Amino acid sequence: MTRVLAGYTDRISVCPGETIAFKVSAEDGASSYRASLVRLHCLDSHRDGPGLQEEVVPCAFDGVHPARHQPIHIGSCAVVDGGPAVARLRSFSIAAMIWPTLRKDEDQVIASASGGEGGFALALDPGGRLTLSFSNGSRLTLKQPLLLREWVLVAASYDEQSGLAALHATPANTHAGYFPPEHLSGVVEAGLATGGEGTLVLAAGRDSQQRFVHHFNGKIDSPRLTDSALPVEALRRIVADPFDPERSAHVIGAWDFAQEMGRETIVDLSPNRLDGRLVNMPTRAMKGWNWSGRWQDWKHAPQEYGAIHFHDDDLSDCRWETDFTFTIPADLPSGFYAAKLESTGDPEHVVFFVRAPRGRPGAKAAFLASTATYMAYGNYRVMNRSNLYEMYLGQLPELVESDLFLNARPQYGDSLYATHNDGSGISIATRLRPIVNMRPNTTLSAFNDDGWILGWFKALGLEVDIITDEDLHNEGLALLSDYRLVITGNHPEYVSTRMWDAFQAFLDRGGRLMYLGGNGFYWRIAYHSEVPGVLELRRTEDGPRPWEAEPGEYTMSFNGEYGGLWRRAGRPPNGLIGVGFTASGFDISSYYRRTPESADPRVRFIFEGVEDEIIGNFGLAGGAAAGQEIDRYDRSLGSPPHALVVARSEDHTEEMMVAKEDMPATNYIIGGTENPLVHADMTFFETPNGGAVFSTGSITWAASLPYNGFDNNVSRVTANVFRRFVDPAPFVLPRREAVEAQAP
Amino acid sequence: MAYPIEPDPALAAEFKKTPLGHHSPALQRLLRIFRTLPVAGKHALLRVDHQRRWVLVQFNGRKGEPLTIHRDHVFTDWNEAEWAVFKLRWKAYFGSDVPEALR
Repeated sequence: MTRVLAGYTDRISVCPGETIAFKVSAEDGASSYRASLVRLHCLDSHRDGPGLQEEVVPCAFDGVHPARHQPIHIGSCAVVDGGPAVARLRSFSIAAMIWPTLRKDEDQVIASASGGEGGFALALDPGGRLTLSFSNGSRLTLKQPLLLREWVLVAASYDEQSGLAALHATPANTHAGYFPPEHLSGVVEAGLATGGEGTLVLAAGRDSQQRFVHHFNGKIDSPRLTDSALPVEALRRIVADPFDPERSAHVIGAWDFAQEMGRETIVDLSPNRLDGRLVNMPTRAMKGWNWSGRWQDWKHAPQEYGAIHFHDDDLSDCRWETDFTFTIPADLPSGFYAAKLESTGDPEHVVFFVRAPRGRPGAKAAFLASTATYMAYGNYRVMNRSNLYEMYLGQLPELVESDLFLNARPQYGDSLYATHNDGSGISIATRLRPIVNMRPNTTLSAFNDDGWILGWFKALGLEVDIITDEDLHNEGLALLSDYRLVITGNHPEYVSTRMWDAFQAFLDRGGRLMYLGGNGFYWRIAYHSEVPGVLELRRTEDGPRPWEAEPGEYTMSFNGEYGGLWRRAGRPPNGLIGVGFTASGFDISSYYRRTPESADPRVRFIFEGVEDEIIGNFGLAGGAAAGQEIDRYDRSLGSPPHALVVARSEDHTEEMMVAKEDMPATNYIIGGTENPLVHADMTFFETPNGGAVFSTGSITWAASLPYNGFDNNVSRVTANVFRRFVDPAPFVLPRREAVEAQAP
Repeated sequence: MAYPIEPDPALAAEFKKTPLGHHSPALQRLLRIFRTLPVAGKHALLRVDHQRRWVLVQFNGRKGEPLTIHRDHVFTDWNEAEWAVFKLRWKAYFGSDVPEALR
């Protein structure tokens, strides 16, 4: 049954003694709900597995709470509190370079000032034509629609004395006269030009309740506001150079979006210093109108990256009020938890993660919850939009009720796999909203299948603390140093540089890593430095991309790092974990066959008690342990020369297709029956100072753990590695001569 | 131009036997046609009651618009659901039902 409640938290993970705030909305008019705390031991009710396992834990927020609807205001804009400098304007000009991206059946406001008794809006009307309107209803509109995805200078002015208003559009490229400049002027009854608080809004208007409405879709670059009606030629010069000595006396605001790139501030170059703030995090570090193509990185030529791309469906924070808080008791064990909220319909599980007390680990091993990946897939709903989705899956798409809930609520925002309404890629993900599929019993395997690993810990009595990607990014090596062993989930796909570097340092210092996944350490992301819970991704030159960043926009705005695949950044995951992404396919999974290397004394411990040559020919995801997304050992990509491939998968179908980045040119040989790169490699290697890495290289490995009540060879192999990896006895790096003597 | 495919009963028989898994090149071609149909009206499966029980749904391709849910078409076996959708697509594409012996 469709749920009626949705919620999120201010923090994603908490230590004992810390407080977490829960924000809840009733989506159907429910007046109350029952809340309880549950610890999640298994996240999916698959009938062949242990089923959903939630343990109720008494807590202070148990009980009935009043429910209310909390709205979400989606869409980005920039707000400048201009004060008297704007409120006193009687005559004005406004100008900017814009790059519109969408036609809508309503106005899309490029700039507006309203309040009190006056106001104006420069906008595109439903026909895509530039229009200047005043709050008393006066309106001027150009005849020709602006072309989408073409830079154009737009300008409007109003002179109080003469009553003359003017509107102008000059395309940067006239396409041999097909798209000519257009000018229109006339006397209008405008009333007050601005008034009120003197608030200027870029990329949106405001309604009578001061909510942002009529969002603009597209880029805006170099907006300028003046205190007199200047001719267009003067405005053109001021847009290009706000310090043009002839005209700068009239400039009230001149915003340079190339400054403070990783922040939510827009900087005003004028003497008024009318710096503004961004709402709902539009995309920064975008090519501007003057991009020359000589530079691909905004840091090399910031003056060519003065554009912000606004979208009517940007969302960085729902900004809901807090309904209740919870201070983590000192004795609450580390784990996956949820506030379970029940009304009619399915319960809502507001998931969060409890860590061990800060600096006092409860176990020798830590499980790293892939929260960056959960966020990247957050509110994933590509299936209803893509002709090719079923082709990609190799079977019918499967939905659950929460997908219907999401489908009905575009305002919850989408995942990093989707595009904005204007077709540009969604490059910013937030957890400051309900992530409806980071819940038990959803089809987000990255989250749900990690539940098989949690269930396995519990079934085998293995002691493990929970940490998250966000903790690792924030605390780095110090966090990992609390542990002898770190275990990843089934799909740790999205990784920041700080996370990667912490892992590398941990391994260099003798740490042990079990990578129980596939297609891990794949995309490089950036967390926002000032807004916890928001991350950025640029889908750049390679890899399986549901959308592509524009050329020249491959560098992330949050931290100035080159985005995209780690492999394309010169750090293939093979160097860190021994293997890297090689193929994907979602029809059926396959099994591993042990290699002769599995007999090496260095890895005898892995197969203790396992006589089988075939490993994992069973499982809850596609029926076997090697599937969905798989990784291979590859010396040419930096896999350690001394690593041992102890088992290799085989017999994949044609639906298991080689990674795009391994197809330099298109060819027919891409599927699992023909392409020799299509196999998962179970890999082991020692690291300096007594550490080691074990990698399964398959997403579905985790889903084979629960088979037969966790009594199977996948479980046995994993447990053997776990027990050896928490044992302090150091691993010894093999001598080079010994490795080379055994090389095939 | 698309490779012409005849309504060969052997393709339907092969799919019925193995909806997911290794397929002959000829069946792969037919499945590529079926699986890349326009999203509007395309069938998928909705898991109900968090059990291995599914009903048919149809996409519409439009953001925010409710999907069509056929709650009377219930499946408890994924392969049976694949076969049911295959038969619908076969009829729509070739204009005739799969051979009687396979239904």
